[in-house]
Amino acid sequence: MIEVQHVTKQYGRVKALDDISFSIHKGEIVAFLGPNGAGKTTTMRILTGFMPPTSGTVRIAGFDCLEEPWEVKKHIGYLPETPPLYLELTVREYLTFVGRIKRLGPEQLQERMRIIINQTGLTEVQGRVIGHLSRGYRQRVGLAQALLHNPPVLILDEPTTGLDPNQIIEIRDLIKSLAGSHTIILSTHLLAEATAICQKVIIIHRGQIVAIDSPEQLGVKLRQSEILHLTVKHSDPDLVETLGKIPGVMHISHGPAPNTYVLETNIGDDVREELTNLVVTRGAGLLELTTQTVSLEDVFKVLTKTDKPVD
Amino acid sequence: MTPVQTIIAKELRSFFVSPVVYVIGAIFLAVVGLLSYQAVANASNQALRLMQLQNTYAQLNLNEMIFRPLFQSMNLILMIILPLLTMRLFAEERKLRTFELLLTSPIGVNEIVSGKFLSVVMVYAGLLSLTGLIPLTLSAYATFDWQPIYLGYLALLLQGALMLSIGVCASALTENQIIAAFLSFGVILGLWVLGALSTAFGDTTVGSILSYLSFTEHFERLIRGLLNAKDLLYYISGIAFMWFAAHQAIDAYRWK
Repeated sequence: MIEVQHVTKQYGRVKALDDISFSIHKGEIVAFLGPNGAGKTTTMRILTGFMPPTSGTVRIAGFDCLEEPWEVKKHIGYLPETPPLYLELTVREYLTFVGRIKRLGPEQLQERMRIIINQTGLTEVQGRVIGHLSRGYRQRVGLAQALLHNPPVLILDEPTTGLDPNQIIEIRDLIKSLAGSHTIILSTHLLAEATAICQKVIIIHRGQIVAIDSPEQLGVKLRQSEILHLTVKHSDPDLVETLGKIPGVMHISHGPAPNTYVLETNIGDDVREELTNLVVTRGAGLLELTTQTVSLEDVFKVLTKTDKPVD
Repeated sequence: MTPVQTIIAKELRSFFVSPVVYVIGAIFLAVVGLLSYQAVANASNQALRLMQLQNTYAQLNLNEMIFRPLFQSMNLILMIILPLLTMRLFAEERKLRTFELLLTSPIGVNEIVSGKFLSVVMVYAGLLSLTGLIPLTLSAYATFDWQPIYLGYLALLLQGALMLSIGVCASALTENQIIAAFLSFGVILGLWVLGALSTAFGDTTVGSILSYLSFTEHFERLIRGLLNAKDLLYYISGIAFMWFAAHQAIDAYRWK
């Protein structure tokens, strides 16, 4: 559905994107992950035809972004980082305007508007002026705008930034419900978000792709070892030694709080069953056993260590 | 609805929900009203004096006494207020990032520029037509030649459209509305000054080029009641040039 080949984008002397290539299949939800200034927004702007790449080709739904920009634009719904809203218009007026510039016919527009207003939960505010709406509602209007002409490809630039947790969940659920019928690219700097909704993650750093994989695989790959946190009720001076004998445990140390332990184990050796059995039979009183999840910070530390500096 | 009509409809809606149009319109109409009152009062004073001198009914040329000075003053007022009408058009789209929506939609830059330009010309034409009340009212009390008045309004329409096209182009160059307003004001002022400069060069080639580039000469001929293809061509080519420049400015913004 989306083919990006050797795309480079230069702003004056600054190379924002350096030879990026990837492809996305129909119906996939893909996340662009990266710190601020990594090139996420630039990539999205090139995909939408807002700006041309310095070199390289982009094909969306079989159409080249430079040769047939109009066809590409018809196939794309785009939600920029800042939702593109005319604050003086009401939600309905705004969506009518958007529908018209997206070339929907009058009947089609009414039909789509009814569906989209429902889908994005804007029914109550459809007659209100956008400038008076809360941030969450504005984001939804922005999303409604991207969905209005029912495009097969959706490009969402940080769709959940600045929303409260409930709104984030709502927007994520909405995006998930669009999967399958739509190909979706979204950018985020939250790994948790990528894990929650996407099948594939593309990590961009300093204008280059440093990894493309599923979120789970990415997590697994980046871990050299598994970290377990254990909390018991009764202090047991021999526990460290005993647990250290379990095959697979590489290192064990006391945690920050009393009666807590941090275990480092070999990846692939799941020691949790043996560990719990042992703690229980010794009567130490098992309170908690957790696996440490990989955070974006860890991912980045690993991925950017081997990165070449940008000249 | 065609894309251009869509843009026009949206722009008109935005114009009339913002207070700017009402403020500008009120100032324009109030100043023009005062100036015309002053011109009419002046003309009737002169008529009285002539009647006392000659002891007969004096027939004054009202076109020369009232309308030509009035049109000249209106031109000056337009130079100041029209940049305020156009400054928002593109600068705000850039600032609020709605430009990304327009440029990623299946409509062309030419349609966006045309729609915005036509919408602001419509607002201006509406304002201008309100001043038509002045000759209409006057025609109930005096007789004058209507043809120079029609041409005067054509001149004001073309003159305003040229200034608005300059403003549209200036607005496409920046995301700051104040800068856009001053930029267009500066260009308009420059074109005006060229006219004064041309007299310094007299009848030389430079002088005639400068006087052709300035709108003063063309505007003056039209409000005198002289319709000339050369003058119409000046306005049309000027507007076309500014339209093209605005188009280029937007392309440059995307390709930067």
